[in-house]
Amino acid sequence: MSEPVVWLTIFLLSVFVGVEVIAKVSSTLHTPLMSGANAIHGVILLGAVIVTGSTESTVALVVGLVAIVLAAVNMIGGFVVTDRMLQMFVRRKPGGGK
Amino acid sequence: MIPTWAQLVYLACAMAFILALKGLAGPRTARIGNLIGAAAAVVAVATPFFYLELDHVPLILAAVALGSAIGVVGARRVQMTQMPQMVALFNGVGGGAAALVALLELQELGPHADDVGWFTLAATAFTILVGSVSFAGSAVTFAKLQELMTSRPVVFPGLPVFFALAVVAGIVLGVLVVTDPGMSVGIPLAALGLLLGVLLVLPVGGADVPIVISLLNAFTGLTVAAGGYVLGNVVLLVAGTLVGASGTFLTLLMARAMGRSVSNILFGALRGGSTLGAGEASDRPVRSAGPEDVAILLGYAERVIIVPGYGLAVAQAQHTLRELVDVLLTRGARVDYAIHPVAGRMPGHMNVLLAEAQVPYDQLVEMDDINGEFKHTDVVLVVGANDVVNPAAKTTPGAPIYGMPILDVDEARQVVFLKRSMRPGFAGIENELLFDPRTSLLFGDAKDSLAKVLSAVKAL
Repeated sequence: MSEPVVWLTIFLLSVFVGVEVIAKVSSTLHTPLMSGANAIHGVILLGAVIVTGSTESTVALVVGLVAIVLAAVNMIGGFVVTDRMLQMFVRRKPGGGK
Repeated sequence: MIPTWAQLVYLACAMAFILALKGLAGPRTARIGNLIGAAAAVVAVATPFFYLELDHVPLILAAVALGSAIGVVGARRVQMTQMPQMVALFNGVGGGAAALVALLELQELGPHADDVGWFTLAATAFTILVGSVSFAGSAVTFAKLQELMTSRPVVFPGLPVFFALAVVAGIVLGVLVVTDPGMSVGIPLAALGLLLGVLLVLPVGGADVPIVISLLNAFTGLTVAAGGYVLGNVVLLVAGTLVGASGTFLTLLMARAMGRSVSNILFGALRGGSTLGAGEASDRPVRSAGPEDVAILLGYAERVIIVPGYGLAVAQAQHTLRELVDVLLTRGARVDYAIHPVAGRMPGHMNVLLAEAQVPYDQLVEMDDINGEFKHTDVVLVVGANDVVNPAAKTTPGAPIYGMPILDVDEARQVVFLKRSMRPGFAGIENELLFDPRTSLLFGDAKDSLAKVLSAVKAL
């Protein structure tokens, strides 16, 4: 297989997996699920790090560092805020007080 | 070339992201799923430091630390009521980051355009454009939800034409990026993406904004996937595609829960003024009641259903409401909470808000299970909700919420609304139920009102 076809294969299989894994989610979890998916695409941080680490010009370096800050906010913030939401779903003692 | 061990690490991370999403789809596994995702993300980001000769490492680490600190502080400080705008904000910065990465990559690729191949350049253009759309669109959704601007649809004459022209210009610039890659096209393309993002979200009404957040989330996922192709990185490709595909699907699920189609949500306001709500308080007569009247209604009812809404959460009245429910239960009434799937500011938001208040989970009943009960119900107490009980969803074609499944509160014998004012709900339309002779309104802050009702019930 040529390389673009390999990538296309991975892409299409991922589409199916993506739809399949959330096919039966209840509306109760829509908010945390959206937030969690949001955090996962924060992995663009990886791309930002690689691009910034191989740049020479000062302008590109500054742009890259901005991208890193933004991506890190997305990724770390996303996972933390999702966890905060989910924590409350777990702590479900019957009749639990304040 | 990426060494084999690193490729295997990336593969493992990609699989972990699949497990993470799968976990997030079920209540019992959600938290562990999220933690798996976080761990995989950290491992993936750490990996290039071990096989690439990266320059500027101290600066990069400082930037990561700064971004992480901002993210953690924001995530910890945000109130649960503000969750939708927080998700929008995080998504927007992610889209912005993807666009910037692609811009930098375009600069790298430019001089070697002949070796790169058109597809890589097209993927780069896609990432720049859609990443910018996501960034600007998310900024507008944030402004709408945070009430920095009106949450009603904003339309101006010629908007559809302007929008169509911008889309065509985007395609032209995208083609130019492929034929003549360089910053001179890349930067205008990014600027156009920002414009498109704003134009896309302006006409969307407040109640539909969460659907758009979900859609933009999917967009960002796809840009990350395209970025993965450009950089030759499999984790980005898989993670981005997963989010893009599941996000698109989630968007459709949410739209269905609201009885709307995605195209109607995005372009409904462009087709005509029909989705514009009145947005103003009416001066028609209503029956307002005092706390004592409400207490008598509730205290002697056998069957009571509570409909909690966003107003309850904003007033932080959950605990007072719980106390009231406890008293009613000891007086022998049967009391449930009816949860509409889109109560709050986003689908599933009310469950998050009530979970925060530790309302016992077994008292929460979902819409489909409780809707048959309303006709046997003596009193329905609506606390800070409006749109999800508005019969216009069934009776008024052309209303912004028409077609949305609602809680059949109008079938109950008595309805009590706790409201701050006559201002319409988030969808911006009036609720006929407020003017029904069986309805009483208790005006005021929800927490305050509930406290007064509570002491009046205790005194019965």
